[in-house]
Amino acid sequence: MTWEIVIGLEVHTQLSTRTKIFSGASTTYGAEPNTQADAVSIALPGVLPVLNKGAVERAVKFGLAVGAHIAPRSVFARKNYFYPDLPKGYQISQFDLPVVGMGSLAIQVEPLSGNAKPYEKVVRITRAHLEEDAGKSVHGASQGMTGVDLNRAGTPLLEIVSEPDMCSAAEAVAYAKTLHNLVRWIGISDGNMQEGSFRCDVNVSVRRPGEELGTRREIKNLNSFKYMQQAIDYEVQWQIDTLENGGKIHQATILFNPDTGETRAMRSKEDAHDYRYFPDPDLLPLDITPEMLAAMRTELPELPEARRTRYVNELGLSAYDAASLTSSREMADYFDTCVTSVGNAKLCANWLIGELSAQLNRDGLDMAQCPVSPQQMSGMLVRIADNTISNAGAKEVFRTLWAEGGDADLIIDSKGLKQVSDSGAIEALVDEIITANADKVAEYRSGKDKLFGFFVGLAMKASKGKANPAQLNEVLLKKLAG
Amino acid sequence: MFNSSLSQLGAALRAKKISSVELTQSYLDRIATHNPVYNAYLTVDNKASLAQAAIADQLLATGSAQALTGIPIAQKDIFCAKGWRTTCGSKMLADFIAPYDAHVIEQFNRAGAVNLGKTNMDEFAMGSSNETSYFGPVRNPWNQNAVPGGSSGGAASAVAARLCAAATGTDTGGSIRQPAALCGITGIKPTYGTVSRYGMIAFASSLDQAGPMARSAEDCALMLNVMTGFDERDSTSLQREKEDYSRDLNKPLAGLRIGLPKEFFAEGLSADVGARVQEAIAEYRKLGAVIVGISLPNTRLAVPVYYVLAPAEASSNLSRFDGVRYGYRAPEYTDLADMYEKSRSQGFGEEVKRRIMIGTYVLSHGYYDAYYLQAQKIRRLIAQDFTDAFKQCDVIMGPTSPSTAFNLGEKGDDPVQMYLSDIYTIAVNLAGLPGMSIPCGFGTNEMPVGLQIIGNYFDEARMLNVAHQYQLATDWHSRAPKGF
Repeated sequence: MTWEIVIGLEVHTQLSTRTKIFSGASTTYGAEPNTQADAVSIALPGVLPVLNKGAVERAVKFGLAVGAHIAPRSVFARKNYFYPDLPKGYQISQFDLPVVGMGSLAIQVEPLSGNAKPYEKVVRITRAHLEEDAGKSVHGASQGMTGVDLNRAGTPLLEIVSEPDMCSAAEAVAYAKTLHNLVRWIGISDGNMQEGSFRCDVNVSVRRPGEELGTRREIKNLNSFKYMQQAIDYEVQWQIDTLENGGKIHQATILFNPDTGETRAMRSKEDAHDYRYFPDPDLLPLDITPEMLAAMRTELPELPEARRTRYVNELGLSAYDAASLTSSREMADYFDTCVTSVGNAKLCANWLIGELSAQLNRDGLDMAQCPVSPQQMSGMLVRIADNTISNAGAKEVFRTLWAEGGDADLIIDSKGLKQVSDSGAIEALVDEIITANADKVAEYRSGKDKLFGFFVGLAMKASKGKANPAQLNEVLLKKLAG
Repeated sequence: MFNSSLSQLGAALRAKKISSVELTQSYLDRIATHNPVYNAYLTVDNKASLAQAAIADQLLATGSAQALTGIPIAQKDIFCAKGWRTTCGSKMLADFIAPYDAHVIEQFNRAGAVNLGKTNMDEFAMGSSNETSYFGPVRNPWNQNAVPGGSSGGAASAVAARLCAAATGTDTGGSIRQPAALCGITGIKPTYGTVSRYGMIAFASSLDQAGPMARSAEDCALMLNVMTGFDERDSTSLQREKEDYSRDLNKPLAGLRIGLPKEFFAEGLSADVGARVQEAIAEYRKLGAVIVGISLPNTRLAVPVYYVLAPAEASSNLSRFDGVRYGYRAPEYTDLADMYEKSRSQGFGEEVKRRIMIGTYVLSHGYYDAYYLQAQKIRRLIAQDFTDAFKQCDVIMGPTSPSTAFNLGEKGDDPVQMYLSDIYTIAVNLAGLPGMSIPCGFGTNEMPVGLQIIGNYFDEARMLNVAHQYQLATDWHSRAPKGF
């Protein structure tokens, strides 16, 4: 008997506004505790919220990017509960009327196991709504007491809720990654997961094929894709084991412990709050005008999916290359700059996905921190394309660009990397080798094909690595054939 | 001098007949004499008030004075005023020093007015007699055993006893108009959104509105000129041209159509109050007004609707008073939940806790639709009643309160009886309309009776005109309690 896995995600993404969603306090991460807590953040008596237009614009942009219905009028509601890091005793959120309605996101799934092939899937997005973040409780701040830091209180969040459309950890991770890329791509969030700018809650349940949905448990606050996958794998296995041993799943909120790789229940449904949602009388309904909608649509860049399709259809790249190049906006923009000046899309793609990505990886950098500019990179790629340098020569140019910067042509000159493409010179060189190695030539001609490599090696060595490999091959083949 | 109007005081100050420091000092002396009995002020800060007066005198000296420059104004203790203790009548905030100014306070500061002190009030503005104040009840200057009304009871008492030139109040269900009526003064609650709520401690956000309390409509107009204005820090503040509320004071009333809702003259209204209101209407006829019979059929639902909506909002608004960041924290507790429970149980009074409980209940899962949503629907019907009525009349008149001031302790055990004190005022808040109360005589117990004037949205200037013409023709508003 098999089990079906059902997964839905709720993602809290911090919007990249300079100030908070309902006040002018700064949202900069990492300041001294409570230095960014103004009167509104502290919820002094008498203060009132004023909506940050930038947060609304970002939410609308997101809605447009996932093809969602944007509510012409949505409502802010109060979610009431007591906690020390929730200064007002309620969180301002959106409840029954969110700003972003049903939309969808296409994801490319790479199965984690075996030899299954990558595939595309569309995940439906139920809704996305604006809300404010809470502060932080700092336990054991001094002498066993808990401190409260309200710097984060009031930071704008977009909570993006998916339908339970995913049926494996791989799909959940692919969705989260695609979403993460999208919010950064359209510039609404820095997506910094270490700083909590992109936090995922994962709802997991299992069922027998054809049966009703099983009871779900919600894994809270996952801030790394690796943990997400581990947590889901563990949780799925735990639920299956529990059910197969005759147990029952109870609805619960659970936490993943990365040290042990296990999940554990934080609170059960019985402890669930009655949040007593009601429309916030301090805020007017949020009206999205057709003008704002049009302006946001204009500001929206070409989206990752559209660009991926373009790379395949217009540039003739493979689906894999196109997906890799659109894994971040920086990468895709870098690629576009290179293609524009070099022309050869496949060559550019190979270098960016290969050598450049590998080097970034080795140095622990992301694309935005890349020391080689796309212009420098293009300068080198052009010289590969016009056969000025060989691949081996290019690697040396690239190493130099990475370490010291500079200009590809100057590096090629100063290091003498220009490859010999003069057919006369290559023929002379080959003739010399054939004369000097008559015995080996005889062996080759009598059927020892493997010796070809030996001749290539000699010729390359004789040309000090500068011979155009393709040309050299051609000449060698011709002359050796006799 | 204590009976002078604001414009007379302003003129005297500008003519250097008296300095603001002298004027302020004489009010402070008067407060020192009478406040121990009347308890109208919770906080007086001679030093701070006199410092403001000294600055006002400089403005007066340089000729850059405005209408209220140098005039001592009492501020309801619901407004945060920087450096001033701001208690909202609660033990919860008994030691809270506000670190910022409410918009209303800023407006008075900009106008060069002097903050004379913070007036007593029902705890978090919840009450109609000023008896729920943690700092003890306020007494009515017309009779020490009577309540001044509430929640702006301290303000009403202070104005009636001439312990300030004018005062600010706030009105969620009648908290300016009812105490104005019970203390024989003039008060106006403007259209919702006209005065910024920024820095005014919230009771029920969709109903709260600040307004002036003074001895005449003319004074209220000058006060309103200072208090109103768009404020971007309050999302419900209305973006409108600044207006001069004095501009229409002297217009004749000939042809004015006064609507009398039959529901305001039915069972529950004391005979003496009804008689005084009818006499006032008769006076208006003399002034050329036309009387139109109207009906506000849904106003009978106003009290129950209000006691769903206002507590619902209050239960949430008062959640911030949790003992964590400021305000009262219980001295002993075992854990976080216990700290919340003890701090809030000890820090809030009975009436506040009652309303938090009601509000929490009506918002609870399973009850929300039946109470909160239903009440919102009826609220719209109540507002529609007024919209329909204003097709037939220019202003609506009736009693402000069903009776004159009752005695301290008289209604303390019966919250519903207390809630009915606001039966004629609450519908106005639910509709967001402007409403005012002016004195129109005395009841059988020699206590003042208030006439309520309700206007259409943004019709404050006309209401003040209607009130002022009556005050030119009668002298009820200039009567002072014995000894004042």
